[in-house]
Amino acid sequence: MTQIILDQVSVEFPIYNATGRSLKVQLMQSATGGRMNANRQGRVVVQALREVSLTLREGDRLGLVGHNGAGKSTLLRVISGIYEPTGGRLDVAGKVTSLIDLSLGMDAEATGIENIYLRGALLGFDRRWLTGKISEIVDFAGLGDFIRMPFRTYSTGMQMRLAFSIATLVQPEILVMDEWLNVGDADFKEKAERRLNEIVDKSSILVIATHSPELVAQVCNRRVRLDHGALLDD
Amino acid sequence: MFKWIIKGWSDVRASLQGGRLAGVLGWQDIRQRYRRSSLGPFWLTISMGVLIGALGFVFSALFEMEVADFIPFLTLGLIIWSLMTVSINEGCTAFSDSEAMIKQIPLPIFTHILRVLWRNLIIFAHNLVIFPLILIAFGKPLTPTAFWAIPGIVLLVVNLSWMALIMGTLCARFRDIPQIVSNLLQVSFYLTPIIWMPELLPERASKMLLDVNPFFHLIEIVRAPLLGATPSLLNWLVALALAMAGWIGGLVFFGRFRSRIAYWL
Repeated sequence: MTQIILDQVSVEFPIYNATGRSLKVQLMQSATGGRMNANRQGRVVVQALREVSLTLREGDRLGLVGHNGAGKSTLLRVISGIYEPTGGRLDVAGKVTSLIDLSLGMDAEATGIENIYLRGALLGFDRRWLTGKISEIVDFAGLGDFIRMPFRTYSTGMQMRLAFSIATLVQPEILVMDEWLNVGDADFKEKAERRLNEIVDKSSILVIATHSPELVAQVCNRRVRLDHGALLDD
Repeated sequence: MFKWIIKGWSDVRASLQGGRLAGVLGWQDIRQRYRRSSLGPFWLTISMGVLIGALGFVFSALFEMEVADFIPFLTLGLIIWSLMTVSINEGCTAFSDSEAMIKQIPLPIFTHILRVLWRNLIIFAHNLVIFPLILIAFGKPLTPTAFWAIPGIVLLVVNLSWMALIMGTLCARFRDIPQIVSNLLQVSFYLTPIIWMPELLPERASKMLLDVNPFFHLIEIVRAPLLGATPSLLNWLVALALAMAGWIGGLVFFGRFRSRIAYWL
């Protein structure tokens, strides 16, 4: 069964300043018996999440709202398994797919086709399966023969469309998004919306961070507010 | 400690199972580097060949070595050394270079080390093309002992992988270590018989310089059989012991700090 349980999850980021990152400081500290600790260590800790408890079950569509820096993206990364909580317990059952940076790993010099394989590999798609999907991807992105051209020759819109068309082949159990994806011109937008809605419908849990109350009203059935890393249920 | 080994190992195992991804990324690195160049990675082969030619003639004259013995020795030494040193140096930056990927996609983290190793094995294969040419040029045969080089390479890579893993983890946290490592490696280059042959050393010095030098043993398990020498038991034992100790230590260390890497980047 797909579910996400966060039990008093906290995340603390150590902030290393330029000197804190170097070995010199650590060596000097031990040499001086730690007396410099108080002002020289420069170990500032930022608490990004504070004892967040949350349970999500199949069918939940969670809208995550809050100010900039409230911890929304951090929470998404915790759920994705990128940041292991520094405190508390996290239990995620199900495969997490994040639709965040769609063009991560794409190579400007490579052709569209090569990029499909490259991006596909990062998304965990099987190569042979992907080969069967190529014409579908190209059609959806409306790239035609451009697919054989280097990615850098594409317009920004075309790049976005290709990245979108590959990334949205996912069949997620748990879908994580940072804001609703906005892609391309009016024509493509409609198609993209439909595709995105299909994916969201198919996923069994959705977690989306957003600033838009309309989006929450439209897509989500639960909503929580993060404030300075703490969860306020509303 | 046992807990950390298990944690480290589960990441390494997942990376190996998804090894195809590291393969794709490693190839992509090579492609990216040589895109639009007509010879591509064979430029490496050429520059390695030129280096070998120049060093070969200068040093064989300098040390009064037989060219036909020295140049094949030098060729393999340089090719293997370059695999080792680049793998370790790039291992240092494996995680910090993949920051964007680590922070976006929850991949097993050893994947990034595998990518570095794979990339360097591809380069190694390109460089290795020189060796048969050298053998032909000097009319040297390849004896059946050469097959020992295959397990030799495997063991070498097993060793390089724990070194890169530890370095990558350490350097994600402390950003001056890559400089220290590359400096130490440069010194080791001269301390290891690559551009000079061990026979040149007086007996006592040879024991002190060679036996305690792990790089010497790691190079020998690949180089000796290709030059037609029977592999030495000591070389193999040291290389095996290093692999075991290194991996156990590496897994403890990696398992302990694996979850911190994303925070450090």
